[in-house]
Amino acid sequence: MSNPSFLERLFPEKLRWSQPQVLVSSIVLLLLLVLPLVALATKQPFYITLFTRVMIYAVAACALNLLIGYTGLVSFGQSLFLALGAYAVGIPSFHGLTSGWAHLVFALLGSAAVAAVIGMVVLRTQGMAFIMITLAFAQMFFYLGISLKNYGGDDGIRLEARSTLFPFDLGSNTALYYLCLLILIAVLFFSWRLIHSGFGMTLRGIKGNERRMKAMGFNTLKFKLMIYIVAAMITSVAGFLLANLTSYTSPAFSAWTVSGELIVMVVLGGMGTIFGPVIGAIGFLMLEEGLKELTEFWGMPLGIIIVAIVLLAKRGLYGSLKKS
Amino acid sequence: MLLGLIFESLTCMTLTLWLTQILNGLQFGVLLFLLAAGLTLVFGIMNFVNLAHGSLYMMGAYFAAAVAAKTGNFLIGALVAVPATLVLGIVIERVALSGLYARDHLDQVLATFGLVLFFNELVRFIWGSSPVYSPAPEWLSGAVDFGAGISYPAYRFAIIVVGLLVAAFLYWLINLTRIGMLIRAGASNAPMVSALGVNIKMLNTLIFGLGAGLAGLAGLMAAPILSVQSGMGEAILIQTLVVIIVGGIGSIRGAFLAALIVGVVDTLGRIMLPIGMAKVMDPSIAQAAGPAIASMLIYLLMAVVLAFKPLGLFPVNASR
Repeated sequence: MSNPSFLERLFPEKLRWSQPQVLVSSIVLLLLLVLPLVALATKQPFYITLFTRVMIYAVAACALNLLIGYTGLVSFGQSLFLALGAYAVGIPSFHGLTSGWAHLVFALLGSAAVAAVIGMVVLRTQGMAFIMITLAFAQMFFYLGISLKNYGGDDGIRLEARSTLFPFDLGSNTALYYLCLLILIAVLFFSWRLIHSGFGMTLRGIKGNERRMKAMGFNTLKFKLMIYIVAAMITSVAGFLLANLTSYTSPAFSAWTVSGELIVMVVLGGMGTIFGPVIGAIGFLMLEEGLKELTEFWGMPLGIIIVAIVLLAKRGLYGSLKKS
Repeated sequence: MLLGLIFESLTCMTLTLWLTQILNGLQFGVLLFLLAAGLTLVFGIMNFVNLAHGSLYMMGAYFAAAVAAKTGNFLIGALVAVPATLVLGIVIERVALSGLYARDHLDQVLATFGLVLFFNELVRFIWGSSPVYSPAPEWLSGAVDFGAGISYPAYRFAIIVVGLLVAAFLYWLINLTRIGMLIRAGASNAPMVSALGVNIKMLNTLIFGLGAGLAGLAGLMAAPILSVQSGMGEAILIQTLVVIIVGGIGSIRGAFLAALIVGVVDTLGRIMLPIGMAKVMDPSIAQAAGPAIASMLIYLLMAVVLAFKPLGLFPVNASR
């Protein structure tokens, strides 16, 4: 037996190109890679911003998928951490600190601390109560944001400029786009490795049968708390990017509809698949854009479509590529 | 310091202000109860997560406001709105939701989330985006005089009375009738009730309709004191969820007590905390932090209750 090469260590599971999901995810990532070039060449820079938003939501959806798809924790409060990441940009910028690295550190540490405290409370409950309590905590932060009158209250904070994140120049939309793509790929790779690690196996065991895992001697609360914190930190990075994309930080980022939309993306794409949330984010936001073009009252068809997806498609778009 | 804060908060208000605020808290509490009563049964008996309950509340408010505007009579609006919301609830249950009882909570959350988006947009489509004005009836526009210089708006007082009457009615229905017996049995063990030959499907539809009617009642009563607009059901839905968790899922008694506690704590907190904090610390800090902490109070209350009683104050079925 020879020592595994560097590549083999990075990719211990063989990627078979004949598998449709490997093919689809590679094609999608390639398309995302060349999209800004095409958009600039055809003078349609709008698509760069649109797909930056898509990728930011994809990052948040990937994090949520770690909870819903792999651990069986239906968190309805992920918008809380999205907003936290955004405020980690907004509040320091308001006081004149524009360093993006500092913002990132605030976002990661802040979300980890908040997730640890909230996690201790919410993870004591299960099933229906868990859904509602995560929702309630996100709502609590929503009202907290509104009552922060010093930081714009309801209206939020308008950023003077995007974060300075040496060596990236975030002033350019294209640079921000590629930063988002880089982070998305990093998050995908991280989730993939995580899921195939011993830690990930434990999480999947908890999803399958928590009582049995407990009986086998696993401290399931500890594992759930850890993945809850990890997901929160990833989501806060998405919040950091979102604040930079929109040059804006507002309590609206923690609205409960945002949490709902993230769940729709995960389910639409196919939960419990690494790449599914990306497909879900693309599908959902494209659908939303399309309906907005058609009618001012796009919420009505969107609502009906969501109900239909739930009733009809159980495994999601990307999930149905997998052989059962 | 905390004790000093509480002491300052308690002594800073006159007796009149105290009574008014407690009544305001009770009034908010009974509205929460009307929503929580129906929803806690849907949660507890059908094991179904229904986020669209806030939409039924909103539809009740719109139905009442629209009919009252057409006829010029608040009472007719109220009499139309309750059955209309009840029927709407039954239709939703039959068409979209009854197929989801056997599915996991995630699917239920998503489907009802879709319904919320739909209804929020539907009312904007029909009645426009700006809030609809809904005046309180003429005969309730005065104030109730309790003597000793204490008076309270008659309309708000009427809400408290109606809420307490509904609570009494529900007590009778749940504890002293055959239907109530089935509902209680369903809350503690639905499959067994079904196995004993009770038409559980019918019972589910009935409970859902009852909950929808109560939500409609809450909506139409709230219409004159809050603004009737798209999305009005969301804020109160989440406070209702807090009530249900604090009270214990499936328990009407728990919902009643928790609703009053949450209503009073929320209302008093919003008034007292900023005033009290301004006395013990820098007013500008208190001005900023007071409302922020006040808006978080009920969630802190919920966290404390859960820390000691993870199943709520009145768990229906401790083994679940």
